[in-house]
Amino acid sequence: MTMTSIRIDGRDCPTRSGINLLQACLEAGASLPYFCWHPELGSVGACRQCAIRQFSGPDDTKGRIVMACMTPVSENTIISIDDPEARDFRASIIEWMMVNHPHDCPVCEEGGECHLQDMTVMTGHNARRYRFTKRTHRNQDLGPFVKHEMNRCIACYRCVRFYRDYAGGDDLTVFASHDNVYFGRAEDGTLQNAFSGNLVEICPTGVFTDKPFSAVYSRKWDMRGAPSVCVHCAVGCNTIANAREETLRRVLNRYNTDVNRYLLCDRGRFGHGFVNAPTRIRTPLRTIDGQQVPVPMADALTAFARMAARGRVVGIASPRAALETCFSLHALVGPQHFCTGQTRQEHECVELAHALLDRHPGALPTMHEMESADAVLVLGEDVCATAPRLGLSLRQSVRQASFHTADDARVPRWMDAAVRTLGAECPSGLYVLTPAPTDLDGVAAETLRAAPDDIARLGFAIAHEIDPAAPAVTDLAPDDVLLAARIAHTLVAAGKPLVVSGMQYGAPALMQAAASIVAALARATPEAGLSLGLPECNSMGLAMMGGMPLETVMEQARAGEISTLVITENDLTRHLSPADVAELVAAVADIVVIDHTATPLCQQASLVLPVAAFSECSGTLVSQEGRAQRFFQAVFPPAPIQAGWRWVQALARGLDPSLLHMAGLTGWRDLDDVLAAMAVAFPRLAPAAKAAPGADYRMNGQKLRSQTYRASGRTVIRSFVNVRDQPPPGSPDAPFSSSMEGAFGPDMPAALVSGYQASPWNSVQALNRFQHEIGGDMRGGASGIRLLSRTASDEAGPRPYAYATDIPTPHTAQADTVVVLPDTRLFGSEELSMHSPSIMARATAPALGLPAGMATSRHMVLHLDDGAHVLPVEPVPGLPAGIVLCPAHMVARAFRFPRVARLERIPDEGERS
Amino acid sequence: MLTAEAPLPAPVRAEILALAAREPHPRGAGVAALRLVQARFGWVSTAHLREVAGLLGMSADDLDGIATYFNLLFRRPVGRHVIMLCDSVSCWIMGRGPLCAHLCRTLGIKPGETTADNAITLLPTVCIGHCDHAPAMLVDDTLHGDVDTATLDRLIDTLRDTP
Amino acid sequence: MTPPTERPLTAMIDPAAGPPDCAAYERAGGWQATRNALGRLAPAGIIDMVTRSKLRGRGGAGFGTGQKWSFVPKEPAADRRKYLIANADEMEPGTFKDRLLLEGNPLQLIEGMILAAYGVQAGHGVIFLRGEYHLACARLHHAIGEAREKGWLGENILGSGFSFDIRVHSSAGRYICGEETALLTALEGRRATPRSKPPFPQTGGLWGAPSVVNNVETLCNLPHIITNGPEWFAGLGLGEDGGTKIYGVSGRVVKPGAWELPIGTPLRQIIEDHAGGMRPGYRLRALLPGGASTAFLDATAIDVAMDYGSVEKAGSRLGTGMAIILDDRTCPIGMIRNLEHFFAQESCGWCTPCRDGLPWVERLLDAIENGSGQEEDMDQLGRHARMLGAPGRTFCAHAPGAMAPLASGLKLFAADFAAHIQQGRCPQQPGA
Ligand SMILES: Cc1cc2nc3c(=O)[nH]c(=O)nc-3n(C[C@H](O)[C@H](O)[C@H](O)COP(=O)(O)O)c2cc1C
Ligand code: SF4
Ligand code: FES
Repeated sequence: MTMTSIRIDGRDCPTRSGINLLQACLEAGASLPYFCWHPELGSVGACRQCAIRQFSGPDDTKGRIVMACMTPVSENTIISIDDPEARDFRASIIEWMMVNHPHDCPVCEEGGECHLQDMTVMTGHNARRYRFTKRTHRNQDLGPFVKHEMNRCIACYRCVRFYRDYAGGDDLTVFASHDNVYFGRAEDGTLQNAFSGNLVEICPTGVFTDKPFSAVYSRKWDMRGAPSVCVHCAVGCNTIANAREETLRRVLNRYNTDVNRYLLCDRGRFGHGFVNAPTRIRTPLRTIDGQQVPVPMADALTAFARMAARGRVVGIASPRAALETCFSLHALVGPQHFCTGQTRQEHECVELAHALLDRHPGALPTMHEMESADAVLVLGEDVCATAPRLGLSLRQSVRQASFHTADDARVPRWMDAAVRTLGAECPSGLYVLTPAPTDLDGVAAETLRAAPDDIARLGFAIAHEIDPAAPAVTDLAPDDVLLAARIAHTLVAAGKPLVVSGMQYGAPALMQAAASIVAALARATPEAGLSLGLPECNSMGLAMMGGMPLETVMEQARAGEISTLVITENDLTRHLSPADVAELVAAVADIVVIDHTATPLCQQASLVLPVAAFSECSGTLVSQEGRAQRFFQAVFPPAPIQAGWRWVQALARGLDPSLLHMAGLTGWRDLDDVLAAMAVAFPRLAPAAKAAPGADYRMNGQKLRSQTYRASGRTVIRSFVNVRDQPPPGSPDAPFSSSMEGAFGPDMPAALVSGYQASPWNSVQALNRFQHEIGGDMRGGASGIRLLSRTASDEAGPRPYAYATDIPTPHTAQADTVVVLPDTRLFGSEELSMHSPSIMARATAPALGLPAGMATSRHMVLHLDDGAHVLPVEPVPGLPAGIVLCPAHMVARAFRFPRVARLERIPDEGERS
Repeated sequence: MLTAEAPLPAPVRAEILALAAREPHPRGAGVAALRLVQARFGWVSTAHLREVAGLLGMSADDLDGIATYFNLLFRRPVGRHVIMLCDSVSCWIMGRGPLCAHLCRTLGIKPGETTADNAITLLPTVCIGHCDHAPAMLVDDTLHGDVDTATLDRLIDTLRDTP
Repeated sequence: MTPPTERPLTAMIDPAAGPPDCAAYERAGGWQATRNALGRLAPAGIIDMVTRSKLRGRGGAGFGTGQKWSFVPKEPAADRRKYLIANADEMEPGTFKDRLLLEGNPLQLIEGMILAAYGVQAGHGVIFLRGEYHLACARLHHAIGEAREKGWLGENILGSGFSFDIRVHSSAGRYICGEETALLTALEGRRATPRSKPPFPQTGGLWGAPSVVNNVETLCNLPHIITNGPEWFAGLGLGEDGGTKIYGVSGRVVKPGAWELPIGTPLRQIIEDHAGGMRPGYRLRALLPGGASTAFLDATAIDVAMDYGSVEKAGSRLGTGMAIILDDRTCPIGMIRNLEHFFAQESCGWCTPCRDGLPWVERLLDAIENGSGQEEDMDQLGRHARMLGAPGRTFCAHAPGAMAPLASGLKLFAADFAAHIQQGRCPQQPGA
């Protein structure tokens, strides 16, 4: 895009050619109201709110009214926003929208952060002239996430455009016509799309609101906000945590140009309920005479000192704990006694993913860059379940061909409806090769159902097809040879090909194959990208720290070398079989669990210490693409709930300093100290310190406020404790005042944006004030920092790539056993979100997925390590013979894949056996 | 007997699939398929709508968004006969108002309703292109022009008697 | 088609006899244009002839037909999927000309479509027929079947290498489907929301493919243009425009109906000579010259020539050329209310001003007509007429069309509006 300049009401404003005038006006700081336009959804010109007057040249005094969102910036554009007729028209638009609106702002949960309110004030419409009756609608029950109040609808069509066109949902639509249009479902029922929660933010009024939040509702201005990062998968979406009365109330999207941008998945938005769940641990618990009893903090620490004095302490970290927590444990026990908390298989897969991403010669695309990949190969990973937001990005990638058609037709890419019309029959460049159907199949050019090993073989064959130097695959079926050639051809022809895989099926060969393809492509196309899915929010951070797998801990324990295990935020029962857990518990004298949630492992512990959840402390997570990101404290829980590293430090203070691996540990004052120490110990993690400004950051000499100026009186906000004015709680770890005092503004560092508000914009759409360019970078710079990068090696040219050569043998169905693969679920497979009531309500009962031909009775028995499981049966279209799908962690808690198991048929009732 | 709840008869399903097959995308046959069902059953029940949606590879919600958009697709049962009395301008000038009142009185229903004996549904319709013979109406598929109360009365009698 | 006649479009139409079959159609001169054109004239030559004939679209907007076609990408039909679509939605109140052509001589439309399709090299024809036209539907199906059987439709027509076939889409009732982009959306099995341009249908239309949408009457002219030459056609018109036009009159005239006349025939001639003048006891008060979405002309405009330019100069639009007469004993406010009810109901619901403005207008008119009008209502009506009437304010031309009779009516019938509001009742209603 080239720079140009437009004249808005006599003022010359620099802008870019090719964008639309609405965007240009907003970027120029003008407050031009709009509804149907959305930066991620483009323009359709439905609401007619953004009317301005455009003049054809300096001599044109008449001009004509146009919709800014539908008009491209061109050289020497002259427009007027203040034009009386345009103003009048814009006020009329609001007046029309309000004809049937219930005027229920006082009881509406959108109130105070409502785009319609903002726009109403902005246009100046304030007196009702319509004197007839309003039409009313019936509302629907849309399930546990989203509330529906159709009477507030202004028919901007954003909801259906997002839900259907953007997110691929098909159970929300528009019904009827004229002023009777109705946005909802054919019948009451749960919205099925994985991104339904975004309706809450996409809808500019109160039609769709956050249902779990509704139960603990507070006005936006009465909540504290903190920039946060989602902990429910490894993608690392940025969020805003809102809190009041020291409870977490809701999670909103936080814009990050490179990552999630405007959208979150439902697991991320609604998974936070674990923080307030009854399963939360709030006090230290000590096992005395076989009973777990609450004890004061000092008592717990003394008890630990006694335990540690008896013998060796080994630390088990967790891929779902923050870097600082993991590192503090490392500092306590040292590398020889530090375990990553993963089984060898998990551990090696993650390390492999890290190594491959680090080593392969192609690009490391951001999620946003993946949206513009023009050919995508998904190799054996159901991304929509393991990394949902990434799946949404891949869904957008299939639009590339339609963008090129639009370019040819000189239709700007943001002309959403027009581009979709032109693209009606544009081919997709997405190939999905997975064992079972995925949500992306509907937009794929081709799909293939095969066993992970066979998919890996196909992947190696594709790599060989692209680069003959890559090893060849023998005995491929003729159809597969052709498919490999087709896919190779598409990838080679693409300007920005992308290969996505991951460790869902625990198959290193899949990731190797994916990396080989990218390496082969990168010889001619350095933009060829690789993306690998990891299981947990800090899997990558932990991989970069290293450590031993759980199997090694088991061995040491069996050898009697371990006296005390300190386990941070890890429920080992999800990783180890019940027998292994029992053996481990028996072999060590004491187990100390530092966690926020009462997991089954806590039952086995001598000491349980209540740790702060993500919303209650600050810390750093490294996403699967190697992006270190900081989350900040929104809630100030009563002591002794504290950050993981503070607990470890507290434990360390009770020990003889000579026992500490890193004696400095006891002297750390704040998060910055921890990060500084980590930078020394792990130079590769050093940049993580810069993921966000440190605690000493000041803007205009002040800390940043995390409440709006409008917050109701401080006495009120703490009245549940005491009506007397109290000093607001503070944290030494963050540059936030945690109150309404302090600096705040669109230019503050993006990593510290605790909410969007910039008068007269009070809704989430105030975001446009915080961006340099709409949909582009934040004014306050980047949020987070990439730890994996190409820069160093790039200058030296692509490094030689050693292709993996261990190509798996083909899968063959066995007569007496089946291969059990995880049926990873958006709701149900992830540990923490399953404590969130709304997510629990969305998790369907476990069932066994079988190849269609095998589902001959309603129930079957699956024999796993931990015993026999009777499960209802569901046929899975296309699932290869000899493979069954079992919901991860829902049947057997610890479940290592792939697993060969015995399956037994139960005759249906009334069936003769 | 064919009911709106029973699955669609095989020939109807086959015809819908044939309609879908000639479109670049099966959804192009949506309106045609719904009209086909309506021609057979008088209206489009939810059960049938779902079935048609399945045949066209669409969600029921999606197809219902279309069904409820168009005036001539009925999502509620109608009587054995449907009188669609034009309510547009030429017919209005030529006296459709009093005629409508007469019909309502005679049938004992309001526009949009069906007589108790399920014989007749009365609906308003936009201009049916018979303005030179206004007031005009469609009775089922047949166009009637220059309608007056006398012709209406005769017509109602015959409709009540025909199945 | 010999001999040249002044009623080329309707010469073969005989309501008593029903439509001609293929043989009768051919005996009367049909298919000659197809024989002359296919394989003998270059497609570009057809477009050129149509441009020179000065044929303008009969669907209401009056765009030059040849010019419209010239934007279609030129690849041969075999190389690229393109569509030729006959707009037979005819839902404009007061309009019944296309039904006449469809029922009276469907083969003429089919031949017109073949010629148009050949000109723009479209292999796929669709007739978008309004759902209520049952008789036309049956006759079209029959005629298409017959034409196909006789080789006029299908593969390699007349050995020319050009293949073309037609199918009928029976719509399900929605005025907006007549708007050409909404029509395309409807054909794709979606809610018939209009589309923004670009892309114009000629480059990105049905399913994204190049598509031409022409009105039935427009297409029916083509065989005659090809057979008799563009100059002959251009000469048929009395003024600037070429050809004949089907004019119609409804309302309280002696003989309401439709007649094919040279385009540019004066309105007076149509009303007095063909429609027989006003019924005894009724005087002409005003009229909508070309359907519900054209502005009122009062009785003084009766000498206007019914061509595109002249009607526009008089302050309205030729539209469909089907006039609706307001007599002196019908309440103009009642009439406008009826029109606005139609437009409000037929709004597709996509854009705010139309969706929520038109129902407001309707209610205001209801109130005024029913005697509960207030002085401020006139400001509101005026505001709506201004806000919705100007082009570019709403997404498509539906709302401006709706405002044409309102805006003109507010001026012409100001005294009637005032009387309603002052008297608190309709002065023209029984009992007044
Ligand atoms: C609201 C609206 C309704 C329309 N309805 C019709 C119609 O029923 N029939 C028709 O031929 N054109 C109709 N048109 C005009 C079409 O959009 C289009 O201009 C026409 O079909 C083009 O054909 P022509 O160039 O042959 O006139 C309508 C336009 C609008 C804005
Ligand atoms: S003006 Fe707007 S709402 Fe009205 S028919 Fe056109 S697009 Fe639909
Ligand atoms: S934002 Fe421009 S028309 Fe809606």
